[in-house]
Amino acid sequence: MSTILNAFKEAFLLIVRFNPDFYRVLLLSLIVSGTATVIGALIGIPLGVALSESSFRGRRVLLTLVHAFMGLPPVVVGLFTLLVIMRSGPLGSLELYYTPTAMVIVQVILATPIIAGFTHASMEGVDPRLGLQAMSLGATRWQAAWVKMREARAGLVAAVIAGLGRVMAEVGAVLIVGGNLKGQTRVLTTDIVMQTRMANYELALAEGIVLILLVVIINIFLTRLQAEKGMREIEKRVTGYPA
Amino acid sequence: MKTILEASNLSKTYDGSKVLDIDEFSVEDGETLVFLGPSGAGKSLLLRILNMLEAPSTGTVRLGGEEILRLQGRERVEVARRMAMLFQEPLLFTGSVTRNVAYGLKVRGFPPAEIEKRVADALRTVRLVGFGERHVSTLSGGEAQRVALARAMVVEPEVLFLDEPFANLDRLNRDALQVEVRDILKRRGMTAVFVTHDQQEAARLGDRIMVLDEGRIVQRGIPSDIFHKPATESVARFVGMDNIYNGVVTSAAGGLAQVLIEGKAIEVVSERIEGEHVTVGLRPEDVTLVHAADIGSRESSRNALVGRVSSIEAQGPTAYVTVDCPFPVRALITMRSLEELGLEVGSEAGVRFKATAVHLIQGS
Repeated sequence: MSTILNAFKEAFLLIVRFNPDFYRVLLLSLIVSGTATVIGALIGIPLGVALSESSFRGRRVLLTLVHAFMGLPPVVVGLFTLLVIMRSGPLGSLELYYTPTAMVIVQVILATPIIAGFTHASMEGVDPRLGLQAMSLGATRWQAAWVKMREARAGLVAAVIAGLGRVMAEVGAVLIVGGNLKGQTRVLTTDIVMQTRMANYELALAEGIVLILLVVIINIFLTRLQAEKGMREIEKRVTGYPA
Repeated sequence: MKTILEASNLSKTYDGSKVLDIDEFSVEDGETLVFLGPSGAGKSLLLRILNMLEAPSTGTVRLGGEEILRLQGRERVEVARRMAMLFQEPLLFTGSVTRNVAYGLKVRGFPPAEIEKRVADALRTVRLVGFGERHVSTLSGGEAQRVALARAMVVEPEVLFLDEPFANLDRLNRDALQVEVRDILKRRGMTAVFVTHDQQEAARLGDRIMVLDEGRIVQRGIPSDIFHKPATESVARFVGMDNIYNGVVTSAAGGLAQVLIEGKAIEVVSERIEGEHVTVGLRPEDVTLVHAADIGSRESSRNALVGRVSSIEAQGPTAYVTVDCPFPVRALITMRSLEELGLEVGSEAGVRFKATAVHLIQGS
């Protein structure tokens, strides 16, 4: 019990003491997972919308693949990516091995199907007649799809949250391609694993608490997007008109 | 008059069965054309095809003389923007009333000042001044459909399509909106294609009516023709001609024919010749009921029959009374008349109707 209590104290101290090593790890976690989630959303949301809104050859096959990839085992993705980027692999010349870029790549692979799958599901939940109504009022196909995306916004935000959740919590794949190099590729999850192995339970748990806090704060911010106001801001930027 | 919209040889086949098969029709500038038909007649499908929301299996549609169904991409959107549709449900987008009404203007790239002005005008037209900032989830059914109407009209379409827009409203709201829509359409000289299964609505709104049944136009004409001279038995039934009989012409002279129905002769204004088999129809509101004892008195009605009441269906202030003479004659009378006549099931009643009230159904 004292370990757990001490861990909370340690977590507090970690945050307020501005230990540069710890903040480097924290920042890299944020950068890697944040970048991966943004890229995953940029690919996954349009992919999910396209799977719902347009009919093209192979749509069903692609949808089945997306659903299957939602449950990809991270370790396998990490291993596969490693074989591609390692020195003797097809992309070996890029020297991505043990770099944050490699970690972003595996996380994108993990996040994209989840974001695409949830996006597709929430778009399917919107009354298809709303799209027809928009088109009958003069919308192009994409403008009509945008109307439906707006209606599905709670689902789309949930899709991004799920994608982020998956990559923030990920350890196996980033460990394989990143290697947990101090000051270079060490992130919160890989550090927690290492500290646990070294029996630094209090520090490991403290980092875990910080990780959870981080996820909660990001989710609060993302959830605000589900509210009308946040969406209005986005729409204003995309369409140039206030909603 | 200028033709705005023309369609020819329109058909749609689903899984081998033809659900729409229309030879041709056109819509003139400023008129309201009503497609009247039962559910499943293909009315909504027809509108979706005309509004370019669904492709037909065959056929052409011309808007202002230009064939529109083959258009693609930008050209297609530009043409689609000359039309708008109001659906059965309001189908409002989440957000404020203003956001909804402004939608069509936004996608057309109108400047914000113009949008603001037009939205205010549109809300005034549908009597929703002050509703602009309301969230659509706070609206009643009638208000929501008014917003949808404003949203469709604000873009000033060359043709406005209306797909049973009042079907989900209560009677009071429906009646009020029917009158409002008719007035707005006429005041603005707007061309409209309206589909409905409600004959009253069709009569109220339509300059011309086309009766659609199983995907085909079975009759076309002005409302009075449709309701009084139905072309087929199914149209007759659909437009409320509840009394339909098969008979034989036993004599014909001077434009008056005697038709024998189940052993009773009735007189019909017709040029049909002796021996011909005919189908005749009679609207319940054209039948008068009297005391059986008074049936012999002098009256202008050529047809007077006596029978027994077999059923009474009260419907608010009116009632449908069926009298077997021996063939059943359904009459629509007021509840007050029903009480004055003291009619009940099993009692005797006299039935009168004019020879001019009996219509030969043309297809027979």
